[in-house]
Amino acid sequence: MRITVTVDGMDYGDEVEPRTLLVHYLRERLGKTGTVVGCDTSNCGACTVHLDGHSVKSCAVLAVQANGREVTTIEGLARDGQLHPVQEAFHQNHALQCGFCTPGMIMQAIDLLADNPDPDEDQVRHGLEGNLCRCTGYQNIVNAVRDAAHRMSPGAGPDAERVDETKLVGRTPMHAGGGE
Amino acid sequence: MIPAAFDYVAPTTVDEAVRALAAGGEDAKVMAGGQSLIPVLRMRLAAPTLVVDLSGLTELTGVHDNGDSLRIGAMTTHYEVQRDPLVREHARLLCLATDTVADPQVRHRGTFGGSLAHADPAGDLLAPALALDAVMVCVGPSGTREVPAASFFLDYFTTALAPDELLTHVRVPKLTGWGAHYEKFNRVAQAWSIVAVAAALRVSGGRIADARVGLTNMAGTPVRARGVEEALVGQPASAEVITTAASHAAEGTDPASDGNADAEYRSHLARVLTERAVTAAVSA
Repeated sequence: MRITVTVDGMDYGDEVEPRTLLVHYLRERLGKTGTVVGCDTSNCGACTVHLDGHSVKSCAVLAVQANGREVTTIEGLARDGQLHPVQEAFHQNHALQCGFCTPGMIMQAIDLLADNPDPDEDQVRHGLEGNLCRCTGYQNIVNAVRDAAHRMSPGAGPDAERVDETKLVGRTPMHAGGGE
Repeated sequence: MIPAAFDYVAPTTVDEAVRALAAGGEDAKVMAGGQSLIPVLRMRLAAPTLVVDLSGLTELTGVHDNGDSLRIGAMTTHYEVQRDPLVREHARLLCLATDTVADPQVRHRGTFGGSLAHADPAGDLLAPALALDAVMVCVGPSGTREVPAASFFLDYFTTALAPDELLTHVRVPKLTGWGAHYEKFNRVAQAWSIVAVAAALRVSGGRIADARVGLTNMAGTPVRARGVEEALVGQPASAEVITTAASHAAEGTDPASDGNADAEYRSHLARVLTERAVTAAVSA
């Protein structure tokens, strides 16, 4: 089946089988390996991306369901070599150990901050309940999300992501997944 | 893992969807939000020849005020139900239960109708739908029929929907001003309920005027805790009354024994969680 989809600001047209999962399309067809697969059960959240601005587990969405829609992955967050404030906060707070859960954690944290620009610790933990860190490094992740909230002016969550999409063309992709 | 190959259609109207389902025969499968179905396909626990994706049916999304009831489109996502001002005002139990479903990513995709039609006994929306006397609107080749929640859930993952029918809407009678609470017990975040209790109560002049109590995962279907309801109605909203009423919670249930809990423990949970749920609903 023919699909057209916008991923990280670029338009793509591809023939895909209906059974192709969005995460496999992103990784294997588009080379967006920043989005990782951490489980086979849709529990871990490592493959979280945004579909039309809302976080989804890309292993639980078919590629054909992204037809005509907009996907943002971890690779689409940085602008002109500048990390997204949530990426920067994860870096500054050492919010990772092995780093495998990081792409999903960051994508979900951005979604959380879009709904709630200044979450308390419980709200951060509740908001990240679909993302597992097998290193159990949650404390610094929670710290990073709260730090990011303070770095971004209230309500900046969705706005930070919508900054001038035209700048995406020709940018150098940043790979935040797969450890440092 | 990768699902077995299937054909895929994404109809844009209910009529098209019903026709596609009929044409697909017994190996066709309806997909709503896909948050249970896609993992099941990936693990190859199911291998339909045709998937009928309802995500393009915008006519099945949203919540409408029908006077004395709400009409919730089956494809309304959990995220939308949680935030809907009409649901919050007139069926708050649904907001509270929806907030406990899975995790935020799943709630962005998963749908109210999909959860009900999937009929997982550990799903968190079945008991509230039963407690609220929701009515399921089902559409098939021979037209529309309405099925009350009490006769919709038949067994584990089995509903009154015929293979060629779709759940299109759910009518939820308004319980404006009632107290509500959903008390869910699970071991870890995003896990299914081991047992959960849905309570909605109307307190008037210090007495419990109406009581609805539904149980999650205490049988192959959601169960109304009638013994609890009868012990509450007409009584003062006191701790003693609630404790006594909650002792009836496991009556008439048929809980499973599995890796999470045996039947006896589930019965214990039903009593403890009912006491907590009713206590919280009285003061909510």
